[in-house]
Amino acid sequence: MSPLLLEIRDVVAGYRPDLPILHGVSLHVGTAEMVTVIGPNGAGKSTLVKSVAGLVPISAGSVAIEGTEVTNLLTHKLATASIAYVPQTANVFTSLTIDENLKLGASTLSKADAGRRIAKAYEDFPALTQYRGQKAKVLSGGQRQMLAVARALLTEPRLLMLDEPSAGLSPLMVSEVFSRLKTLIATGVSILMVEQNVKAALAISDRTYVLAEGRNRIDGDSAKLAGDTEVAAIYLGAGGRKR
Amino acid sequence: MLQALADGILTGSIIALGAIGLTLTMGILRFANFAHAELITWGAYMALGALAITGTFAGPISPFSFGLPLVFATLIAVVLTAALALLIDHLVFRPLRSHTSHMTVVFASFGVSLLVRMVILLIFGGSAAYYSNELQIAIRVMPGLRVMPDHVFTLGLTLAIVVALHLFLQKTRLGLSMRALAENPDLVRINGIDTRVVVRWTWVIGAALAAVSGVLYGLTVQLRPEIGFQLLLPLFAAAILGGVGNVFGAVIGGLIVGLAESLSVLFVPAGYKMAVPFFILLAVLYVRPNGIFGALRGGAK
Repeated sequence: MSPLLLEIRDVVAGYRPDLPILHGVSLHVGTAEMVTVIGPNGAGKSTLVKSVAGLVPISAGSVAIEGTEVTNLLTHKLATASIAYVPQTANVFTSLTIDENLKLGASTLSKADAGRRIAKAYEDFPALTQYRGQKAKVLSGGQRQMLAVARALLTEPRLLMLDEPSAGLSPLMVSEVFSRLKTLIATGVSILMVEQNVKAALAISDRTYVLAEGRNRIDGDSAKLAGDTEVAAIYLGAGGRKR
Repeated sequence: MLQALADGILTGSIIALGAIGLTLTMGILRFANFAHAELITWGAYMALGALAITGTFAGPISPFSFGLPLVFATLIAVVLTAALALLIDHLVFRPLRSHTSHMTVVFASFGVSLLVRMVILLIFGGSAAYYSNELQIAIRVMPGLRVMPDHVFTLGLTLAIVVALHLFLQKTRLGLSMRALAENPDLVRINGIDTRVVVRWTWVIGAALAAVSGVLYGLTVQLRPEIGFQLLLPLFAAAILGGVGNVFGAVIGGLIVGLAESLSVLFVPAGYKMAVPFFILLAVLYVRPNGIFGALRGGAK
């Protein structure tokens, strides 16, 4: 197995301590590995990545990056921990220009580094170049996702967490976003992705975790899980009650 | 008519300065801060207090009624008003923001405004005060139009502040962070920015503008502990008229309110002049519910 980058152990988390959404979830991501988290609605998939990002308080358990504990990390220190996070919705500032969105993403960097990496972001995501001076509200869903990913990569994170990057995108756009993520893995970045598009998630990732009702249900190689009858059962509602 | 126009622009520019601070804090911190008007009073009185301590170590700069002492006193007032705003945020607004509803914070700001006004009343008393006893003669600009040099200064300073603030919001990292914070605080944090720092700077800038508008108001009228209270409704009218969070909107809103007040006396009894801006406000909101320059959501532009 690839060296461990992220390790989530028995995490209990929720917006209110007396109402946990996650009841002891464990998960790990290796270096240059793509891991997806799937599960029915209300399984706690988004809460899991939000708790790593410091947006949902963790009341028990731990999160570590390369062995260093980062449980309940302050969200603005994500970049310091070499993590970048792309939320599912409202993941760009629509009232700011594309350029300003990227500048904001590079605000922890020196001016010289920021300039260089923003220039590279435009090279990597050429579709954004023509809109650079325009407000992000003009972008389509797919373009916004690209901008959000481009912004997240500015700090050169070792772990990129994405919450349902395919949500609301056309099939063509989904395959473009996913192929973009594949090329990132080749550069050594690890990806932890929450997905509701089960087929696509199992097809693209190395390993998959299935959550149900805030608990680990099944995990393993994505290729194997693709043919697993229990995975299908959870989505059909037979193996895990939908909340 | 010409005179009423000039007076309206002057009143409007003072309201605009106060409204810029209000619209910034409203847009970025997302609550209607009724204590903002008292920051204006506090700023005006802190300058008066500073003048009393430093004394008039230099005379007025002709043709104005004030000199360097008031400039220094204003700087001291800016620092003390920013300090008060940060203290209020630390003790009242910040604890409430994370645990209670939006309305609780708004009502807390009512309480804070009363408290600040009473403290001013306790320290300085209730009678009118002036920065200077110098008599200023209005200059005749053209037939039917006379202006005080202090008023021209006020107008010029307001314009300079608006331009500076616009450049600050557009060109600096902090300005960009403030605009972003108005739209999505979580995403700002995800971008690696400590929003607590941005919030503090928002208070400092809003309070500094309040202090300057307080001093300018005191310079052109007179100081009373209730000046903030009197400015409260025009400030909100200006900020809402222009669109919450929009700096230029606040300026235009301020000018509309000022002009409406001063021009209305030509047509209706003076006692009704306070009501006129609100008719305009209602009319504008009927057509544009988010104000003249307002976006769908509050966001500092």
